[in-house]
Amino acid sequence: MTQFLQLLAGGVSLGAVYALLALGFVVVFKASDVVNFGHPALLMIGAYTIARLGLSQVAFPLAVLGGVLLAALTGLVVQRFLVAPIASTSVVTVSIMTIGVDILAQTEITRRIGVDILSIADPWGDRVVRLGAVDVPQARVAGLVSSVVLIGLFLAWFKLSRWGIAMRAVADDAPTAALMGVPRKVISALAWTLAGGLAAVAGVFITAFPTPGLQPATASVALAAFPAAIIGGLDSIGGAIVGGLVVGLAESLAEGYEERLSFLGQGFHSVMPYAVMVLVLLVRPTGLFGTRELHRV
Amino acid sequence: MSKVDVAVPVTTVPVSPRRTRSLALPAVATAVVVLAAVPFYLDRFWLTLGLFAFAAAVAAIGLGLLLGQAGQLSLGHAFFVAVGAYGYTYLAGTSRTVGVSHQGGLGLPPLIALVLAVLLAGLAGLLFSPVAARLRGIYLGIASLALVFAGQHILANAPLVTGGYNGRTVPPLTIGGFGFDDGAPGTQLLVLGVPFHREERLWYLGLAVTALAYLYHRNLVRGRPGIALRAVRDSELMAGMMGVPVTRYKGYAFLVSSMYAGLGGVLLALAFGRIVPVTFDYAMSIEFLVMVVLGGLGSAAGAIVGAFFVASLPRLLDRYADVLPGLAEPGGDGVSPAVAARFGYAIALILLLLIEPGGAAGLGRRVANRFRRNR
Repeated sequence: MTQFLQLLAGGVSLGAVYALLALGFVVVFKASDVVNFGHPALLMIGAYTIARLGLSQVAFPLAVLGGVLLAALTGLVVQRFLVAPIASTSVVTVSIMTIGVDILAQTEITRRIGVDILSIADPWGDRVVRLGAVDVPQARVAGLVSSVVLIGLFLAWFKLSRWGIAMRAVADDAPTAALMGVPRKVISALAWTLAGGLAAVAGVFITAFPTPGLQPATASVALAAFPAAIIGGLDSIGGAIVGGLVVGLAESLAEGYEERLSFLGQGFHSVMPYAVMVLVLLVRPTGLFGTRELHRV
Repeated sequence: MSKVDVAVPVTTVPVSPRRTRSLALPAVATAVVVLAAVPFYLDRFWLTLGLFAFAAAVAAIGLGLLLGQAGQLSLGHAFFVAVGAYGYTYLAGTSRTVGVSHQGGLGLPPLIALVLAVLLAGLAGLLFSPVAARLRGIYLGIASLALVFAGQHILANAPLVTGGYNGRTVPPLTIGGFGFDDGAPGTQLLVLGVPFHREERLWYLGLAVTALAYLYHRNLVRGRPGIALRAVRDSELMAGMMGVPVTRYKGYAFLVSSMYAGLGGVLLALAFGRIVPVTFDYAMSIEFLVMVVLGGLGSAAGAIVGAFFVASLPRLLDRYADVLPGLAEPGGDGVSPAVAARFGYAIALILLLLIEPGGAAGLGRRVANRFRRNR
C-alpha cells in the first residue's frame, strides 16, 4: 500500500509536468492548427539555457527567467518566420516544417551537450519531503505546485481575459473570428510564445532530481507530451491536463511494479505512455475529450 | 481590414503522370543505364554508399506512397524497416551461440526468408491498421510514434532474434546458388575484367529491387488504387460518397507502405552485414520523412532522389572531412560529419518547404515546363 501511494504521488507530480508540456502543445494546435513536432526542441532550448546560466553562477530564478524568455522567443520566431508563411498549405506540410526545426535545434543542443549530463542547479537538490508514509522529492513537489499554479493562471486567462476569449474564438471558428476583427496572426504568435515558455518551465522539472540532469535523451522524455495530448484529445485544454496525469501515472506505476510486469520485458515503463495512447485511440479515435468529427451531408 | 486568413485545404502538388511521361521515362531509363555501369568505374566506397541509398530509396518510396498519395503521416516507418531487417536475419540465420548470447534462427533459404520478411512487415502493418485506418493523417503521425518506441523495446528485449545490443550478423543472400557475398574463398567472379565482390553484386541487387519498386509504385499510382487513394487524401467525405471504401483504402496504403519498408529493411540488413537494434530508432523514421519531403510528395522518383541525398550526405561529408572547412575528424574539435549532415538536410528541408513545397520533383517539373515552353 505504501508503495502504491509512493508511486501515486510520483505519478501525479510527474503527470503535472507532462500536463504543462501537453498544454502548450494543445494551445498551439487550437490557435494555429499546427501539430508542433518541435515542442521537445523548445523544452531542450529552455532547459539548456537554464542549465548553462546556472553553471555561470546566475541565480536560479533569473536562470529560469532567461530560459523561459529564450524558449518563448524561439517559439515566436519559428511561428513568424517559418510556420506563418506556409500556414495556408496542409496541416501535414506545416507539421513537417516543425520537424525540420526540431532536427535543427536538437542537433545543435545535442552537439553542445556532448556526452555530459548538465545539472539544472535547482535549489531543491536531492532533498525529499515526507508526507505520511510517502517520500516525495522536493523538486517534484515544486513541479506539481508550479504546474498547478501555471495551469490555473492559464485557465483563468483563457476563460476570462480578452485575449483568452479571442483565442477561443479563433479555435472555434477561425474565419468567423477573423470577420469579427480578431487578429489571427497575433493569436497564433501568442500561442507559440506561451507554448515555448511553458515548455521551458516543464524542462526544469523534467531534468531536476530524481532525473540525473539534462542530456540528449531528455528530448525523448519530452516526447511523452505527444501521447499525453493525444490521449486527452488534440483540441481539448482539459484533455491535455487529464492526458498528462494519465501518462505520468501510467509511467510511474509501470516503473514501480516492473518486476510484476516482467513478462512485458525490461524497461516497459518508457513505452507505457504509447501503449496507453494506442489503447485509447482504439476506442476513441480523437482521444478522450477531443471533438468528434461529424460529417453533415 | 487585412486579408482574411481562411484555411484553404491545399494539398500536395498534383501528380499528373501523363503530362510528364514523355520526359520521365527516358530520364529513368538513362539513370538505370548509368547506375548499371557504376561498378565498373567507381571504387568500393561509392558502391557501399549506393547500397545504403538503394535500401533507403525502397523504404522511402513506401513512405511516399503513404504520405504523398494517401495523405497519411507516419513516424513509425523505422519499425517496419526493422521488421524486414530482423525478419530476414532471423528466418535465414541459423541457431548458434556467440559468446554468452544465444541467437535463434530458422535457417530457411535466403530468398524465401526475404519474401517472408516482406510479408511479415506487411503483417505488422496490418496489425496496426485498425489504428491507422481510423485516424486522420495528423493523429496517425503521433500514434505511429508508438511503433518506434514499441519497436525499440521489443528489439532490446528479444536477444534471441536480435542478438541484443551488440547486434547480429546478417546471412548473405543467395539466389539459385549465386551468392551475394565475396564468394567461396579462392574463387573470383570476373565480369569484363572487373572482379565482382560483395559490394558489386549487391549493387545490382539494389538497383534491380529499386527499379522494380519504382515500377510497382508507378502502376499502383496510375491504376484504380492510386485514384482512390488520392480521392481519400483530398477529401475523405467526397471519396466515401463516390463509393471509395475509405477505411479499407487507408489500411491498404498502410499495408503496402509497410511492405516497402520491410523490403528496404532487408536490403539495409544486407548492406550493413551486421545490424544493431539502435539503428531503427525515431531518428531513422524522421530521416525517411525528410527523404520523402525533400524529394517531393507523391513522386517515387523524388523519393529516390531524396533517399540518395539523405543517405549519402553523412558518408560523403565523412569522406571529405579533411578538405571541407569546419568539419572535424571523429574525436577532434569542430562539427562532426554526422552532425553536419543533420544540419544540412534539416536546413534543406526548411528552405524547400518555404520556397518550393513540391520538393525536388516540383523543381524538376518547373524546369521541365520551362524547357517545354521555350521550345
